[in-house]
Amino acid sequence: MTERPSRWLSGFAALTYAFLFAPIVILVIFSFNDSRRVFIWQGFTLDWYPALLQNDRLLDAVWITLQVAALAVVGATLLGSLLGLGLARLRFRGSGGVQTLLLLPMVTPEIVVGISLLVFFSQLFGWNGSMGQIALAHITFCISYVAITVRARAASLDPAREEAARDLGASAVGTFRHVTLPLLAPAIAAGAMLAFALSVDDLIITSFQAGVGSTTLPIAIYSSIKFGVTPQINAISSIVIALVGLALLISWRVGAFRGPSARPVDADAEEGSA
Amino acid sequence: MPGVLWLAALFVAPLVIIAVISLGSLDDAGHLVLGQPTLDNYARALQPAFLPAFAKSLYYATTTTVVSLAIGYPVAYWISRYGGRRKIALLVLVMLPFWTSYLIRSYAWMIILRDNGVVNSALIETGLLADPIQMLNTDFSVILGMVYGFLPFAILPLFVSIDRLDQRLVQAGRDLYASGRGAFLHVTLPLTMPGIVAASLLVFIPALGDWVTPDLLGGADTTTIAKIVQVIFTSGRDWPYGSALGFMLMGVTIVGTLAGLRSLRRELIG
Repeated sequence: MTERPSRWLSGFAALTYAFLFAPIVILVIFSFNDSRRVFIWQGFTLDWYPALLQNDRLLDAVWITLQVAALAVVGATLLGSLLGLGLARLRFRGSGGVQTLLLLPMVTPEIVVGISLLVFFSQLFGWNGSMGQIALAHITFCISYVAITVRARAASLDPAREEAARDLGASAVGTFRHVTLPLLAPAIAAGAMLAFALSVDDLIITSFQAGVGSTTLPIAIYSSIKFGVTPQINAISSIVIALVGLALLISWRVGAFRGPSARPVDADAEEGSA
Repeated sequence: MPGVLWLAALFVAPLVIIAVISLGSLDDAGHLVLGQPTLDNYARALQPAFLPAFAKSLYYATTTTVVSLAIGYPVAYWISRYGGRRKIALLVLVMLPFWTSYLIRSYAWMIILRDNGVVNSALIETGLLADPIQMLNTDFSVILGMVYGFLPFAILPLFVSIDRLDQRLVQAGRDLYASGRGAFLHVTLPLTMPGIVAASLLVFIPALGDWVTPDLLGGADTTTIAKIVQVIFTSGRDWPYGSALGFMLMGVTIVGTLAGLRSLRRELIG
């Protein structure tokens, strides 16, 4: 069973990983490029990073993006976790339909979601773009991702543990709080991280919901790529990459990426340091 | 489950509304008229003038899907069979680019592919090339950007499917004198088909609806349907027509999703 991989296969995999990371590495390198012409290497500089702090437009965009992401993470995590837990636990009529409903936002072209929400908000409420509108849209497309993550873990939990808690005299609420919730926590955290990443990154759906004064970072970056790139874009992109990498590293240590298998909590903690 | 209500209100209802609007029309003053449902917008969308955009959209999405599967399957197989204890770490590495902004990644390719970009400069510097080859603003760059963007969507479901495959079945095939290739073709491939279907959908659909990559990495002749819809809704007012185009994209998606629903559910929901 433990045959060695062929050299071709390993080489191919290595090449693919190189392909996945080369653009990111090059982008970060170019953020230290001492040239106004973004695409030609001139020498090393750190100038573009402090310059970001002078750029009010970008700073505003960062602030708006973070506010939207906070709302989206809280909303989608709450609604998505309940939905995932419900789907894993309850057998009810139409649960197949709910599963399909859950998949639909993930497989609908983003542009269709974007225009339909634009029409919905403007026709029914007369809204034409605001931070709240962006947040509502983000919650909508993040719910599915959270629900699916939580559902996978909830389905693999051993019901005997909850029964044991009840047998030992815990109330239903107490069992949920002290047994179910801690067991689900890694999946909920992973779902929340996913929602955060999706929200911070989204351009297509957001571009249809943004109005004056609600420019998010992706929209600001997009327009600056389209209409004259400044080296600052490389710098802020590198910062975003570093932050995302850091967040991944942290959730890796916390154990949010452990598979759906539900091991005892203390075993999880021990392996977390491995 | 309030989540269901939320999705019904903010996902299904808006879709129904654009479905209705796609049957409407504009009066002379440019106001929306919904009184007399008509299929005019769909007929307009199927005019020969728009066929190139449709063809282009399908061409990009299909090619991206095929290339992503061709790259993704061996990699997923390699991770699953030989990843050992590092499986999860290898998967997270695949996902890492996905967690960095899609936009930023397209932009990184602009730096690389430009006429005076990294690849051309390197080739000219080493004397392999006298003049830069145009790589940006071509079909090649659009497909490259899409494959780069959507490859993780292919690798994940493929990995799940391959990893779930009971290796004893492959072993049984070998014991019954199947060659390595034969066992792969007749055992591994059919049994991982749900993963292949799920991966295809998860790549094809976002590729079909993507306008950022064609916009940034493509040139003047890389107009896709998604790009047209985007222009109609951000700068024009002809919503009925834009809705019809959008709904046709949605139609392709729905057909694909229904066809692959069981596979998708199995690979994503379990």
